[in-house]
Order: sequence, then C-alpha cells, then structure tokens
Amino acid sequence: MPILELTAKFGTYAVMAAVLVFALGVVTLRNLFHCALCLAAALIGTAALYVVLQAEYLAAIQVLLYVGAVVTLVIFAIMLTEHLAGKTVRQNNAQSLPAIAGLLGFVSLVTVLILKTPWPVTPAALKAKTSVMELGKALMETYVFPFEVISIVLIAALIGTVVIAKKDEEDLPR
Amino acid sequence: MRGVEFYVDMIFVTAKAWILALLGRFLPDWLIVLASITISGVAILCLGPVIMMYLTLLERKLIGRIQNRYGPNRVGIWGLLQPIADGIKMFTKEDIVPAKADKIVHLLAPIAIVVPALMIFLVVPFGERMTAVNLNIGLLYFIAVSSITILPIFMGSWASRNKYSLLGGMRTAAQMISYEVPMTLAVVPAIMMSQSLATNTIVLAQAGDYDLHWFIFTPWGLVGFIIFFLCATAECNRPPFDLPEAESELVAGFHTEYSGMKFALFYMAEYMNAFTLCAIAATLFLGGWQGPFLPSWMWFFGKTFVLICVMIWFRGTFPRFRVDHLMGFAWKFLLPLALVNILLTALWQFTSNLAAWFGSILVLGVSLWILVRLNRAFVPEKRSYPLEG
Repeated sequence: MPILELTAKFGTYAVMAAVLVFALGVVTLRNLFHCALCLAAALIGTAALYVVLQAEYLAAIQVLLYVGAVVTLVIFAIMLTEHLAGKTVRQNNAQSLPAIAGLLGFVSLVTVLILKTPWPVTPAALKAKTSVMELGKALMETYVFPFEVISIVLIAALIGTVVIAKKDEEDLPR
Repeated sequence: MRGVEFYVDMIFVTAKAWILALLGRFLPDWLIVLASITISGVAILCLGPVIMMYLTLLERKLIGRIQNRYGPNRVGIWGLLQPIADGIKMFTKEDIVPAKADKIVHLLAPIAIVVPALMIFLVVPFGERMTAVNLNIGLLYFIAVSSITILPIFMGSWASRNKYSLLGGMRTAAQMISYEVPMTLAVVPAIMMSQSLATNTIVLAQAGDYDLHWFIFTPWGLVGFIIFFLCATAECNRPPFDLPEAESELVAGFHTEYSGMKFALFYMAEYMNAFTLCAIAATLFLGGWQGPFLPSWMWFFGKTFVLICVMIWFRGTFPRFRVDHLMGFAWKFLLPLALVNILLTALWQFTSNLAAWFGSILVLGVSLWILVRLNRAFVPEKRSYPLEG
C-alpha cells in the first residue's frame, strides 16, 4: 500500500514541522500566555511523534505530565501574576551573540557524539517493542531500588513544599 | 451453530463487515483500510453530538420531574424535537466577541475543547468487539487526554478579558487538578486486578458465572467506584461540583463571554465528557458490556445511562459545595481513602476468600471512621473577625 505509506510519511513530516513552528513560537512570541499555549502544542506534537515511533506509553505519559501538569502550572502562574490585558515582553536581550556561540558549540558536540556512537540496527532491535507490562516488571524487579529512591525524593519535595507554603503561627489572624 | 442472540449482539460489527465486503468488490485494498477507519470514525463523530443532544433533553425532563414540573413538551411528542430546535437557535444566534478579547484564543478555545471530549470515545468499549481502537494503554490514554481538557477552559477564560470568566477559569483549574489525583488513584485497583491497561481486557477480566463478576461486587471495587464516580462528577463540572460556572456567583463562569455556536460547543464538550466518564466508570467497575441475557451493547448503554441519571439526580438534590470544602474533600478525604483502597486490593489478592471479605470491610470501616473524625468541621464557639476593631 504505497499511497498509505506515503501519506503516513507526509503526515509525520508535517507534525515535525508543526512542532518546530510551535517551538519557535514559544521563544519568539511576546505574549506570555500565547507562549505557554505554543509550548503545550509543541509538547502534544512531540507526543504524536512518539506514537508514530510506536512508543504509545511514552506519548501518554508525555501528554499527562507535560501538558496536563507542567503547562497547566505555567498557565496558572501566568494568570496569577500577569495583568489580564496581557503584557508584552521582549524575549531577547543583548546576550544573543554569546548564546549563539554556546549553542553552536553544544550542537557540534552532540553531532560528534551522535556520529561516533555505533547504532546497531539488528533485526532483533527492530522487532523489540516494549510493552507496558515489561516496563512495569522492570520497575518493580530490576530497578526497584532507584524507583524507591525517586519516590522518597518526591515525597521529600512534597513535604518541603507544604512546610514552605504553611503560614507561620504569628501570621495567622487572631 | 450460533443462536439469534449472537447476531443481535454483533449487529453493529456485522454491519461494518458487510459494508466493507460490499466496498471490497470495486475498491482497491488501501481504500478499504481508509474506509474501515472512516466508518468507525463517522460512527463516533455522529454518536457524540447525538448523545449530547438527547442528554440535554433527558436532563431537562428528569430535572423537571424532580422539581415537580413537566419539562420541555411543546416541540414534538414528549418534546423529542426540542434538541433540534435548540440546535437551530444556537446556529442562528449572533456571535458576540468582546472588543478587548484576545480574538484568536477566544476562537480556538471552544474548538479545542471538543477535541479531547471526542478523542476519549476512541477507547470506550461499546460492546463485544466494538472498541474503536483497542489500545494496550487505553486507560492511560483516557487519563492523559482528559487532562488536556483544562487547557481550552483556561484559554476561554483568559481570552474573554472578563473577571467572572477568569475567576471561573481559576476555579476550574484548581478543581480539575485536585480531583484528577484521587480519580487516577481510584482507577489503580481495577488495573491491578485485571493486570492490563486496555479497556477491553479490563472488561474481559470481569466475566464469570452469568458474566456478573463485576468489580463493584467487591469491597475495594465499591469504594473505588464511588471515589471514581464522585471525581468524574467533579471533572466534568457538574453539580454539586459546578463552582467553575456557578450561575448565582459568576454569571456563567468561564463561558460568560461566549454566545451562539461557540457556547454550544462548550456545552457539547461538557455533556460528552459526562457520557464518556460514565462509560469509563461502567467499564472499570460495572463490568462494561458484560451481563447475562441481553446483547452486550445494550448492557453497556444501560449501565452508562443509569450512571448519567444518577448524575442528574445529584444535580436535582445537592446544593453546591463551598470552595474550601471542595478542596478539602478531594485532598483530605478522597485521596487517603483511594490510597487505603490500593493497599486493600493488594491484600485482597493474597488472602483467602472469607478472610479477605472480613479483613477488607474492617480496614475500610476503620479508615472511613478515622477520616470522618479527622475531617470533622471545626466550629469555633466564638467567631473572631480580624477587621472588627
């Protein structure tokens, strides 16, 4: 079915282009709220790419964590701080030249690393498809120690937030 | 040899196969693949709005009966054409956009809110072999997609440049984020017992004698169902959790500045969400399409509509929550109970039958008692007003 494959390929490239456009929007738009919406769109586009690469679990987690939680938090913060009329902010400052230099250095480093790494394309690796069940087993058996450590760190962060956010006794109205 | 029941059961599946076979005679293979997708897609795209239209009628009728009046009965017999009249009204109304509004976001919000509502329909198992896409992460997909619903509400409330809209939007965000946590945790027991995230497999795990091994008939299933259903009511902003659009305080909450078809889209998303959330609740805890004698899709729709009627009943009977009570209920009551429930499910799997029943009822009773004690409202003997003197 060449036509279907061609359509799928075209669609994938279209999604990639859209992700790039939205990512550009995040760093160039002047209205913070619009930036946040672009960020959400870019993240959803990335999730769509994960689906194309047959990593459905990763896609669902991406949408759930980044769009459902992080972007919501960002927008919440914007709505709490920003004027309703939507202040416009310049997104660049005088340091763009050193930033470009740094970026070029980073990109070239990553390119060298990618080119030097041998990517073994074996039939077994192509067929490998991690199911949710295997992921769960790996988390609960092989990697149970790091998993528990992460959960302890998260609990500590949660309790810390509550402690910071809690009002002191003398602040309370009597 | 299969009986008549089988064919009635498979009526929609057979119809789709028959149409595809007919098309296969004169269309190339790749078009058949597209046609197969299109048939399921069109069925869902028609089902969503039609269900929404008649849910509004059902709600108005039932609320009318609860309030001792008739409800709509002028258009058609029993008011059956009322939704169509409403639709025509919505289409012909003037579309008003506030002068200072953020035009693009204001336009995008009602469009964006319908998309996740329709996308959830994909993983709902309407009947045996009637899941549009049998994703192996079905439930996770449902949770992820329904978490996007907050964004369009934010967009609408922010773009309207109206303080009531903004207040409604803030309330929605706070409420939906809070209630998502116990809802997700309430789902976990069902996943643990069926050992799968696919909605179809979860339904199959509830088969048994007379197909009545529904999860709700176990202590953890009952508690999980109640938590899930309460959170679902809160998630689609229905009374008594309708603070985001509390009409006596905020005009209409986040959709104050919307009129005509744009408002109708918000309304549509709300009702479709109510339907899909009830459908998922039925799938997870009430056995989905499992049930004796009747065809599978009839069982599914029956269970879902019973749940929707309960939601409408809630609306007719309960007064609205206060904001702090609403938050406290999610974080201080539902969340710990859901965590206890997960622990209980794990114990249930490793203990024998009778001991498990007694043990779980004991644990649930004690934890409920403790939670109710801890959550008792604090009533000071003498109220103090800081700005008084």
